[in-house]
Amino acid sequence: MGKKLESNFINMVIVLFAVTLIASAAVGYVYTLTAGPIDNAKQAKQVNAIRQVIPGEFDNDPNAEIWEKETPDGGKLEFYPAKRNGELVGTAVKTYTNNGFGGKVWLMVGFNPNGTISNYSVLEHKETPGLGSKMDLWFTKNGKGNIIGKKPGTTGLKVSKDGGDIDAITAATISSRAFLDAVNRAAAGLEGSDISSGATQQNNN
Amino acid sequence: MEYILIFIAAVFVNNIVLAQFLGICPFLGVSKKVSTALGMTGAVTFVMILATLVTFIVQKTVLEPFGIGFMQTITFILIIAALVQMVEIILKKVSPSLYQALGVFLPLITTNCAVLGVAIMVIQKDFNLLQSLVFAASTAIGFGLALTIFAGIREHLELVAIPKGMQGSPIALLTAGLLAMAFMGFSGIV
Amino acid sequence: MNNLKVLTNGIFRENPTFALLLGMCPTLGVTTSAINGMGMGLATAFVLVMSNLVISLVTNIIPDKIRIPSFIVIIAAFVTVVDMCMAAYLPSLHESLGLFIPLIVVNCIVLGRAEAFASKNKAIPSILDGLGMGLGFTLSLTILGVIREILGSGKAFNLPVFNENYGMLIFVLAPGAFIALGYLIAVVNRLRKTN
Repeated sequence: MGKKLESNFINMVIVLFAVTLIASAAVGYVYTLTAGPIDNAKQAKQVNAIRQVIPGEFDNDPNAEIWEKETPDGGKLEFYPAKRNGELVGTAVKTYTNNGFGGKVWLMVGFNPNGTISNYSVLEHKETPGLGSKMDLWFTKNGKGNIIGKKPGTTGLKVSKDGGDIDAITAATISSRAFLDAVNRAAAGLEGSDISSGATQQNNN
Repeated sequence: MEYILIFIAAVFVNNIVLAQFLGICPFLGVSKKVSTALGMTGAVTFVMILATLVTFIVQKTVLEPFGIGFMQTITFILIIAALVQMVEIILKKVSPSLYQALGVFLPLITTNCAVLGVAIMVIQKDFNLLQSLVFAASTAIGFGLALTIFAGIREHLELVAIPKGMQGSPIALLTAGLLAMAFMGFSGIV
Repeated sequence: MNNLKVLTNGIFRENPTFALLLGMCPTLGVTTSAINGMGMGLATAFVLVMSNLVISLVTNIIPDKIRIPSFIVIIAAFVTVVDMCMAAYLPSLHESLGLFIPLIVVNCIVLGRAEAFASKNKAIPSILDGLGMGLGFTLSLTILGVIREILGSGKAFNLPVFNENYGMLIFVLAPGAFIALGYLIAVVNRLRKTN
């Protein structure tokens, strides 16, 4: 092993400066390499989420034709129109609710042009872990609380406890209500009416 | 109201140690006595608030305007390491008594992931400066609460006959698990 | 010490998780599933190998007093590289590991090995030491991940083992992490004694 460099002031400043400079340059170089792929990955994720909830093929870029709507509580809904040959085949709506057991729940809900629900996917939630995977299946065609093909319109869907016709997830009524609240918010936003809250909000206990 | 929510969420619901698993090393390492636990808490609180303040300002005035957000990790850890050194030097000069109480814990704090974790989290959560500081202070209090309770329990564990294989870290981890379970009772209140 | 010993030292005798109790935060935080545990372990292993290599090469031109800050910068640079590469090519894993990737920089194992081994040894043994420690860390995280995933959701590496409805959710949650690791360390201690 060679002799160590002495710990005098000039040595220390030069070495520390050089180390930082080289490290920064290396990181900056990798950044330029990965910036593109990172963007693509983000974009692919968004498009996949849309593709998942829109049943038919579409040939436009829904990201490019996005329109937004502000909600009175400061959030916003994002609408992704999916078109084939210029004709609307469905709209994916990125929607949320504040009423979840653990705060916000984010969903992507797909609507057919006639306003019926084509599919949905749970994007993000802070509910009890494990509930997310239940939410993924419960409200689908083979689940117990099927909402596919239903038309929430402006009146909204409700869980059976609140006089509606959707069965809530067993032992998770609050999360189910929150889920429907987000769906209703999306539907109401799409219909162009008041989107301050879903119709299930009054029963928030 | 907003600040109270941040406070309750950071102390109880998303406790930094028991729910987010940050700062486990000091949590297991310096929790044998309540008095050392309190000393560690003091040091962490001090550094965490200071570090969050400085890293927040650097993020907003240097990293973001110049578009070098990718330098975040390097910058933040350097700032924290430098701060810890400075605090140590200043404390030694200004208040020897405080230095004696906190001094031994300070070098350990650079590698306390809770400090860096909080600095990154406030950026990710898009907090403003005041929210960030409240969050940092609350997180530190949450850390102190968990650490002190845990130290109290471990002091009692010293007097209990524990099966040989479970002595030391296994029983400490089980205790922490039960404590985490107790803290889960707070979920849903925010 | 011969090179093979250096390599296996980290995997078994001085396993960072079970024997030295280092790097507990990611150990507990990301092991909700086997894949997450393994991903975290490999990311840390990469940082360990690279930083050990670089530090062993430059240690002679770094004055003693600024040793630690220089090591931290080198480690942080590799952590950032891993962070960006994972965001680009493994986005879903990157998302589930989240905050714990930048936090590799404060993982005591990495700085500990830089200080205790790489700064005193040549390049080849340093790489092997980093690899051994990294694989040891990966091994323990994967084991803990598998145990928690099976008990918590009835799956291992996402493959169903038994019906998900019989899973004990608590093992995927925070308390389960502490409890599973506690018992695992007790078992490992017992095994080490008998060997």
